[in-house]
Amino acid sequence: MFVPFLYELRDRGVKVGAQEALSLAEALGMGLHRGTLDGFYEVARALCVHREQDLDAFDRAFAHHFRAVPDDALALTDEVLQWLEQPRTRRQLTEGEKKLIERLDLEEARERLRRRIAEQRERHDRGNRWVGTGGTSPHGAGGFHPTGIKVGEAPGGKGALEVAVERRFRDLRSDVTLDTRHIEVALRRLRAFVREGVLSELDVESTIDKTARNAGELEIAMRAPRRSNLRVLLLLDVGGSMDPHADVCERLFSAAKRATHFKELRTLYFHNCVYGRVYRTAGLIDGESVIPLLQECDPSWRLIVVGDALMSPWELQSSGSRWSFGDDSGAPGIAWLMHLAQHFPHAAWLNPEPEAAWYGTAEVIRRVFPMYRLTQDGLLEAVQRLMRGGNRH
Amino acid sequence: MDFQKFRGTDKYLTSSALESAVNCALSLERPLLVRGEPGTGKTQLAEAIAGALGLRLIHWPVKSTTRAQDGLYVYDTVQRLYDSRFGDGDVKDIRRYIKHGALGQAFASRERVVLLIDEIDKADLEFPNDLLHELDRMRFVVTETGDEIVARERPAVVITSNAEKELPDAFLRRCVFHFIEFPEKDLMARIVRVHHPDLEQKLLDQALQAFYALRDVDGLRKRPSTSELIDWIAVLRRAGIASVELEAGMPFLGALLKREQDLIAFAEAAMRGRRPRA
Repeated sequence: MFVPFLYELRDRGVKVGAQEALSLAEALGMGLHRGTLDGFYEVARALCVHREQDLDAFDRAFAHHFRAVPDDALALTDEVLQWLEQPRTRRQLTEGEKKLIERLDLEEARERLRRRIAEQRERHDRGNRWVGTGGTSPHGAGGFHPTGIKVGEAPGGKGALEVAVERRFRDLRSDVTLDTRHIEVALRRLRAFVREGVLSELDVESTIDKTARNAGELEIAMRAPRRSNLRVLLLLDVGGSMDPHADVCERLFSAAKRATHFKELRTLYFHNCVYGRVYRTAGLIDGESVIPLLQECDPSWRLIVVGDALMSPWELQSSGSRWSFGDDSGAPGIAWLMHLAQHFPHAAWLNPEPEAAWYGTAEVIRRVFPMYRLTQDGLLEAVQRLMRGGNRH
Repeated sequence: MDFQKFRGTDKYLTSSALESAVNCALSLERPLLVRGEPGTGKTQLAEAIAGALGLRLIHWPVKSTTRAQDGLYVYDTVQRLYDSRFGDGDVKDIRRYIKHGALGQAFASRERVVLLIDEIDKADLEFPNDLLHELDRMRFVVTETGDEIVARERPAVVITSNAEKELPDAFLRRCVFHFIEFPEKDLMARIVRVHHPDLEQKLLDQALQAFYALRDVDGLRKRPSTSELIDWIAVLRRAGIASVELEAGMPFLGALLKREQDLIAFAEAAMRGRRPRA
C-alpha cells in the first residue's frame, strides 16, 4: 500500500529504492507505526529520508499523497509566503463589514485561491480580493474572513498531515541558499595530499624494516605528515549585473579565504569578461596582467570563475572593451577565456543565476568552461569536477 | 518479535518522532544517524538510550585525525619493538599488542551495549565509508593474528553529525535518520524544568522570551542552543538575578553568545530595536 507513496517520493527527488521499501515493510510488519498514520509518517520519514535537505520534499509528498492537498496551493512561490509572514496592520472591521464578507465553503475557497494565485502578479496588502496580509479576502494570512483558507504559516498542529503541510523543513532544501558553512564543506573536498615539510611522524613500516636490517637494534625512521597541496585561483566578476549576487560571492570568498587546506589561494576580480588584466581589489584598481599571472600559476592550479556570464556580445568578441581601462589586451574577451580554460585543465565556472538565465553570452562561455550553479549542489559538482580534472567537453 | 521500547528518560525529553526513529533503529538493528544544530542534545540521546534500556555506553569521540581502523583495533608495533629490544614479556604473542578500539570493545562485549560514534563528520571524508562493512556485518578480522571478532550481541549504534558535511550515500542508506529540530517554547520550558526543577516561573518565562528573541537576531553566526540556555539560567540563579529583560540589557550575555561578531550583531540589533521607541 505504500509503494505508490515511494514513487511519489522519487518523483520529488527523494532517492528511495528497494532497500528503503524493504526496511519500511519490515518496520511496518513489526508494528512500529502503532497502526496510525502519524506513526507511519514518523517511521517512513526515519527510513526514507537520509538528509535533512530532503525533509521538505518528504513533507510535500506526504501531504499530497495522503490528503491530496492541492499542489497548486502548496506551490506558492516563496515570495508569496515571505510577504504573508509579516502581516501589515490588521484592519479593524465593524460587525456590518464582517457580515458583508461573503461566506465561502472550503472547496470553493480552495478553488478561488488557486485561481487568484494564478492571476496574481505582485504583492498586495489590505485589500479584499487578492491573496495578501491584513485584508478581508478569503485567502491570506493575518486577516479576517469567517471561512477563509490560511495560506502558509500553519498554527502548530499535532497531526502528521498538519505537520507535513507546515513544511517546517523548507529552509533546509539544498537548492535554495548557500551559507558560508555549506561553502566551506564543499571546498573542503578540494584537496590533494602529499608528504612534505618537517619530518615529524614516526614511520612504523620503515622503522621495523631498518630495525630488522640493523640486527634488532632499534632504529627510528621519521617522515613528513600528509598535507594538502592544492593551489586555487579564484576570479570574481564584480559590479553591474553581479551586484544582486554580491552577498553570496562575499560568502564564497570568505569561506575560501578561511579554508586551511589550500596551499595557496589567489583572489582576483574582473568586470563582465576577462581581458588582458585582472584586478586585486573589487574596485578594479591595482591591476595585474594575465600573461605573467599564468606564468606564476602553473596548470596544476584549480581555477574557479564566479560570474553571471552575461554581457553584451560585443564585449566577448571585441578586443579590449571599455572595461579594460586602456589596457591594450590585443585579443577579444572570448580568446582570453579560452586561453584561461586551456591553461588550467582543472577549471569551473560558477554562475549565481538560475540555469534558465544561461542564454546569450552565457551559452557561449558554457562551451568554454564547465558551468555550475552557485548553489550547494552546483558547488559540490564543480568541486568534484575540479578534483577529477580534464574539463574538455 | 520482542523489542525494547525507548520512551526517553526523566532527564531526557523526546518527541514522538524521535522515539519512533530510535525504536526503528533498535528493532531493525540499524545505526541511528542523528543530526541537528549543535547543542540540541544529540550526544545526550545516546546516554538516554543507554540509561533507559539499562545498557553500557561506549563513547567514541571522532576527531579530525581519527581513522576507521582506530575504532577496530590498534596494533602497538612500537611497544612490541621496544619489548623485543629491552626484553619484557612474550614478544611472540602478537595478541598482547592488539588493543581494541571502541568498535572492537562493543563487538567483544558479552552483553549488548550502546555504541556512540560522536561527531562523525569531523573525520576524513572517507571515514564513514571505511566503517560501512564492519557496521553492516558486525564483525572484522584482525589481520595480524587472523582472529575474527564477531559481535555476540549487535550493539545499538548511535551516530551523531553536526549537519555540516554530506555523508556518503551508501552510508546514509544503511542508517535510520533523525533530524533533531530546535525545541519549541513549550518543550523548551519542560526541558529547562528538568534541569532546574525549582526555577521560578517568572524568571523562566522571561528567560525563554529573551532567549527566543535572541535566536531571532539577524546575522548571528552561532545561535545559542539548549545547552547554552541551561547554562545561562544556572549563571543567573547563581548570581541571584530574579528578572531579565532583553531591552534592559542582558546579564551574562557571554553565556549565550560566544563569538565576538555575534555580540556585535546583537548590539546592532538592539540599537535598531530601540530607535523607534526613543
